[in-house]
Amino acid sequence: MKVQRHVAFSWGILVLLILGRPLLAQAARNQPVQYAEADIAYGARLYASQCSMCHGPNGDSIATVDLRSGRFRNATTDQQLNGVITSGIPGTVMPAFKLDGAELAGIVAYLRNMSTFDARGVPVGDRDRGRAVFEGKGGCTKCHRVDGLGAGLAPDLGNIGSLRTAAVLQTSVLDPTSGMMPINRPVRAMTRDGRVINGRRLNEDTYTVQLVDDQGRLVSLQKGDLREYTILTTSSMPPYQGKLTAGEVADLVAYLLSLKGA
Amino acid sequence: MCVVISSTLGLHGQVSPRVSNDRLVNAAAEPQNWLTYSGTYFSQRYSPLDQISLSNVKNLEQKWVYQAQVFGNWQATPLVVDGVMYVTQRPNDVVALDAKTGRVFWIYKYIPPSDHQACCGANNRGLAMLGETLFLATLDAHLVAIHAKTGRPLWNVQVADYRLSYSMTLAPLIVKDKVIVGGGGGDRGIRGFIAAYDVQTGKEAWRFYTVPGPGELGHETWEACPSSSSRSTTSPAYCDPEAWKHGGGSIWLTGSYDPALNLTYWGVGNVWPDYNPTQRPGDNLYTESVVALDADTGRLRWHFQFTPNGRYDYDSVQIPVLADLNLSGTVARVMLWANRNGFFYVLDRATGRFISGRPFVKVNWASDLDERGRPIQTPQPPGSPTWPGNQGGTNWYSPSYSPRTGFFYVTAWEDYATIFAGVPVPYREGQSAAGGANRTYVPVPGAPTVPGLRRGPINNWTEAAAKGAVKALDPLTGQEKWKFVMTDVSDSGILTTAADLLFTGGREGYFQALDAKTGAALWRANLGGQIVNGPITYQVDGKQYVATIAGHSLVAFALRE
Repeated sequence: MKVQRHVAFSWGILVLLILGRPLLAQAARNQPVQYAEADIAYGARLYASQCSMCHGPNGDSIATVDLRSGRFRNATTDQQLNGVITSGIPGTVMPAFKLDGAELAGIVAYLRNMSTFDARGVPVGDRDRGRAVFEGKGGCTKCHRVDGLGAGLAPDLGNIGSLRTAAVLQTSVLDPTSGMMPINRPVRAMTRDGRVINGRRLNEDTYTVQLVDDQGRLVSLQKGDLREYTILTTSSMPPYQGKLTAGEVADLVAYLLSLKGA
Repeated sequence: MCVVISSTLGLHGQVSPRVSNDRLVNAAAEPQNWLTYSGTYFSQRYSPLDQISLSNVKNLEQKWVYQAQVFGNWQATPLVVDGVMYVTQRPNDVVALDAKTGRVFWIYKYIPPSDHQACCGANNRGLAMLGETLFLATLDAHLVAIHAKTGRPLWNVQVADYRLSYSMTLAPLIVKDKVIVGGGGGDRGIRGFIAAYDVQTGKEAWRFYTVPGPGELGHETWEACPSSSSRSTTSPAYCDPEAWKHGGGSIWLTGSYDPALNLTYWGVGNVWPDYNPTQRPGDNLYTESVVALDADTGRLRWHFQFTPNGRYDYDSVQIPVLADLNLSGTVARVMLWANRNGFFYVLDRATGRFISGRPFVKVNWASDLDERGRPIQTPQPPGSPTWPGNQGGTNWYSPSYSPRTGFFYVTAWEDYATIFAGVPVPYREGQSAAGGANRTYVPVPGAPTVPGLRRGPINNWTEAAAKGAVKALDPLTGQEKWKFVMTDVSDSGILTTAADLLFTGGREGYFQALDAKTGAALWRANLGGQIVNGPITYQVDGKQYVATIAGHSLVAFALRE
């Protein structure tokens, strides 16, 4: 009968509330907080108009601040993030912003989801299966290193999940040349005495360039000492389009997204 | 609130600097000093000093360093008056140092409230001086007069209400018996102005609003909302019938002055909201323009608008550089202006008449300028990049004109574009909203972009995002005579000297000397911090110094003995 079921249901809730609260609280600590899609999308628009002028579209344009990493120097909880945004940080360039509750909720939701935000249309599979692809069929450890495993010829991917979005990671796997970050473009330098150095850039300015060479060594060069200095636009990484299945690519993206560094 | 820290005076020289109007008008005749923000009223940032020359510049050595205690972009230009250097440091301190040794005489601390609303950090670009009084414009829009010998405040007036989002970051300008400042806050919907105060009493003498009100000339360029528009802020057809009240037009950089014409020239900032022209139809005078005001009354003599009905945040906040050029056999009194919008203009500074204009960087927001200098605008389709990008082909940092080489020198950003998107934004007092979004165009999705403000020691955006270049332009033709390309962009000003040297810095922290005729790199010092000020040169006890600020260090160089 409807009434009896209702009563049983109510008792059940009460039991759950009394006994289950510690379990729920523990679950809340272990499970990531879910943010509403609408909030994230709203926050993305607000971020673009309010925040990106200083923080940049990737959240890393202010030296020492990386919003996409999920780690903040002045906040841990959403409440604290709200505080930083609405009060600013005295003594720094971060001003106070006048935002209402919905706007704040949107921006915080977006900050928490920056690295996966453009994942619409990008399938993100299973992280453990992705790791198996990375270390096995994909052969990625021949060039890339994660947590000390693999070669140091290509960029270390230990925190790549904090630095790249899902869509960018997918492109990097399928068509590395089009997805290659400009800093990673292969560089060929020849010194005046004919020595050739191949590598990729770590840093560059008008007069010098800092490279890691194809032996994994750190090299700093004065451009004035070079006979040739060429930045190539084709990646050394082979494209995986057609070599991995769609499912394997999705799993690989999931694994890479999970690499958030120490 | 203020605190004064004083110390005993050093032994060398007699230290009692006093700046008169005559000295300011004839500043070029005393190149051992730097009496006003831009060196002289014509703002050419050109020094007659030539002890440091093309052949001995490689023998420059660091003579002293003064380090500020608050880190952040240090955009100030120091003054040097009879051996004493006066500089501002963050947030609103004034420091008096011995220009020969960098040791400090006194520090005056004006403490602005922590909720000041300066958009882009606690910047202050410097001081003005008349008599024995220094003048400081503060982040909470106060103007403070300070005694130059003791560092004690003499008077303090509120120029605008900072709670309405006004701030001041510029160095004031002295003209006769008045000190002139302007209101900043153009990204927060202020109504900009230029105002003059009596140097003795701080009483306001005149105020010119850069957005004209009803009945004032130019108000008709804030057009009535069309019948097809909407009052709803969520509609793309949103139009604000009161747009002029918060139309922007900020003033955040020191103007120039022509004593013979008695005109003072000021570059006016972006229209608000920066990116959404639909909600404020019309040319939106006098935003993104230069205005020429009668220095005694503040009345507008002429204006020239670089970017009507702006949508790209192309603040015309650059230094008006005045020069007398030989044009077709006669001396033309001109104003040279490499604008943020990517065009280099030559205007008649007596009348505002357009003489010439052509791009100095890649431009696609306009196809050309018409015969009056008005741009033929070609807005790009949504999602497509616009050249130059939001920070412009150039920005606030000081250009230079050398009467010896005849070249106009500007720090330009090349290969730099932005994808703009305007959206309606309701005006809300105190908010920071530009009315849209923009993102720097990069050829690889997700790649790092050029940092808007301070950068760290690693450049991972590379030349793919943008690069800096010092460009030498022929003012008569606008042609590029040479350019010195850098890897990263630069927000450093330029100094030229009678030795045909050009000094400039950059974001990479190199302070470098180039040959002003050819652009050849002659010398550099690796100072390890972003240089965002204009270098100056001065002389004390027969020795020429060049000084710049890198990171939080003010560094002075002179020739090795």
